[in-house]
Amino acid sequence: MASIEMKHIVKQYGDGYPAVNDVSLDIADGEFMILVGPSGCGKSTLLRMIVGLEDITSGDMVIGGTRVNDKAPRDRNLSMVFQNYALYPHMTVFENIAFPLRLAKMEDAEVRRRVTEAADVLELKDHLERKPANLSGGQRQRVAMGRAIVRQAEAFLFDEPLSNLDAKLRGQMRTEISRLQRRLGITTVYVTHDQTEAMTLGDRVCVLRKGKIQQVASPRELYEQPVNLFVAGFIGSPPMNFLPATVEGNRLVTPFGPIELDEKRAGQVAGHELLLVGIRPEYFEDASLVDEAKRPVGTVFRARVDVTEWLGDSQYAYIPYDAPESITAQLRELSRELDSEELRTQAIVSIDSTSRIREGREAEFWLDTRKIHVFDPHSGENLTRDAEAGAALTRMATEDRLEHAEAARGGQAESRGGATAVGAA
Amino acid sequence: MSRKEKIWWWVGGLAIVVYCLFPIGWIVALSFKSAGDLNSGEFLPNGATLDNYSLILTGDASELFLPALRNSFGICLIATAISCLLSMFAAYAIARLDFPGKKMVLSTALVVAIFPVISIVTPLFNVWRQIGLYDTWPGLIIPYLSLTLPISIWTMSAFFREIPWEMEQAAQVDGATTWQAFRKVIVPLAAPGVFTTAIIAFFIAWNDFVYGISLTSTSAARPVPAALGLFSGASQFEDPTGAIAAAAVIVTIPVVVLVLLFQRRIVAGLTNGAVKG
Repeated sequence: MASIEMKHIVKQYGDGYPAVNDVSLDIADGEFMILVGPSGCGKSTLLRMIVGLEDITSGDMVIGGTRVNDKAPRDRNLSMVFQNYALYPHMTVFENIAFPLRLAKMEDAEVRRRVTEAADVLELKDHLERKPANLSGGQRQRVAMGRAIVRQAEAFLFDEPLSNLDAKLRGQMRTEISRLQRRLGITTVYVTHDQTEAMTLGDRVCVLRKGKIQQVASPRELYEQPVNLFVAGFIGSPPMNFLPATVEGNRLVTPFGPIELDEKRAGQVAGHELLLVGIRPEYFEDASLVDEAKRPVGTVFRARVDVTEWLGDSQYAYIPYDAPESITAQLRELSRELDSEELRTQAIVSIDSTSRIREGREAEFWLDTRKIHVFDPHSGENLTRDAEAGAALTRMATEDRLEHAEAARGGQAESRGGATAVGAA
Repeated sequence: MSRKEKIWWWVGGLAIVVYCLFPIGWIVALSFKSAGDLNSGEFLPNGATLDNYSLILTGDASELFLPALRNSFGICLIATAISCLLSMFAAYAIARLDFPGKKMVLSTALVVAIFPVISIVTPLFNVWRQIGLYDTWPGLIIPYLSLTLPISIWTMSAFFREIPWEMEQAAQVDGATTWQAFRKVIVPLAAPGVFTTAIIAFFIAWNDFVYGISLTSTSAARPVPAALGLFSGASQFEDPTGAIAAAAVIVTIPVVVLVLLFQRRIVAGLTNGAVKG
């Protein structure tokens, strides 16, 4: 187990294109770090530089206090799960999991003990003598994980390990990975483009864009205090709505009517002409279903609903709005960068599933203005970010993690000492 | 497929099979005919006889045929083994590494392969005599390598390219050296490719006639195809047709056995299950 420190890491390809550009990131011992971003943001390259499959152009990669830039992958003692699992098809499941141990010239009895242990954890016991070709996708994935956990590696590296599984299995394996990591307490770096995985698994999440770090923070901080338009648009599903707005004193004038700002935020946005207001879908509500007590903290507006989607537990309404040409172009650019294609300017609004708002009719909505963010459309910067509140959220997550690790360690010691070896599962 | 189409496929397939197998059937039939029966004009022999086989295996022609058979086997197996080994390394380098002159290696191999054998056999004959390789096993193995290596490199590199990079990288992360990754992961995965290549290389060497007849003079190194050309009849007025047919059948047998033996390994897609299904 070890911490991983990256100092000004740069990866430049032969044509001079920097796939990873001046990345500095500290991953604490036992931490679960997620690297996330749209395709081509350099997250996989960064992971491969940690494990040593990709050369580092400049900067320092320090694992457990030693600089490993010039070390071969096998000397770094890391284990990795590949996107396509990379199982050895000519070996049985047992030999696949035992492969790293065999290379380390471990004794047969010890190999058997360790593989059986790993197989127990991953429920692969019945499949040990089968070949990977005869396994299902989820089982193959578990074999790949078995190969990773069977030896005492310094850290686990995952390269989009769940992207080849179907949605249901993905959910199961996600919790499985989370449980395993908590239990083993091993430093983990996990690359994904799926923000659900990023939000649910990570202690901290590192959002990358075009090879540069945008923000490193706990999932909650990313969600509530994003640093810029990119992070705000990337995190959250359905994504945050961006409405064009102009400043008039203490108010923002938006297509959905004026929004009253408090003193602090009014100060932060003063001096800007055109702005983007970021509003998450759940800040909206069907006005007729809002408590009288809550009403004063938001504003009410009328708008025509284009489409509604009823999902049982929730309901979404799509409200088209007009935006200036420059804003439309920029939003389109942003959505393209986020691997999606926004065809029209519309707000996605989450309303109560019991709401009877109909498609094609005008309806009254309520908007909670307390948590909205205001962005500078040119720089993308979040003007109303509360850095302190954000840092507090991440601090809380770190404390949670340490507490958890402590509990796991205690549990392990207990089970080792006691007569009943139930384990810390 | 409609019924009519099916019938046409069958008819077409049958025509091709007959076209291909008729000469072989003819040779087999000839090999069982007695000397007087050879020109009977009938396809099947009038009472099968093993005279021709005993002639070449134990009779007069055995002095010519048996050493040749031994030579052919020895030379072809050695040439195949060397060519497989060399092409395995070459193909791995071509498929995996980026080095200057990679394209040139491949295109040179192709040029060598299309170069007509007959045009280099005379100079080779002179050189071999000068340096003492004439009429020796190495004197044939080396030219055979020039025939088998290009095609071996091409087929093998195609197989190596099929193996996902991740297999090797996974092995390296698991603690393997480059050589261990190659030996324990890549070679087993490339096994079907190695077998295919070996069979093709063996056929090419086995079937060679020009080098065999030009670079040998005695039974010290003369291969079977060359020996067949030197068969003579009982008198100068008699063609050794029966003996040649019998020898041809015997020479065909190892090839057929080889294919049947390795057929399953060639067909088996061994990389199944390596990556997501």
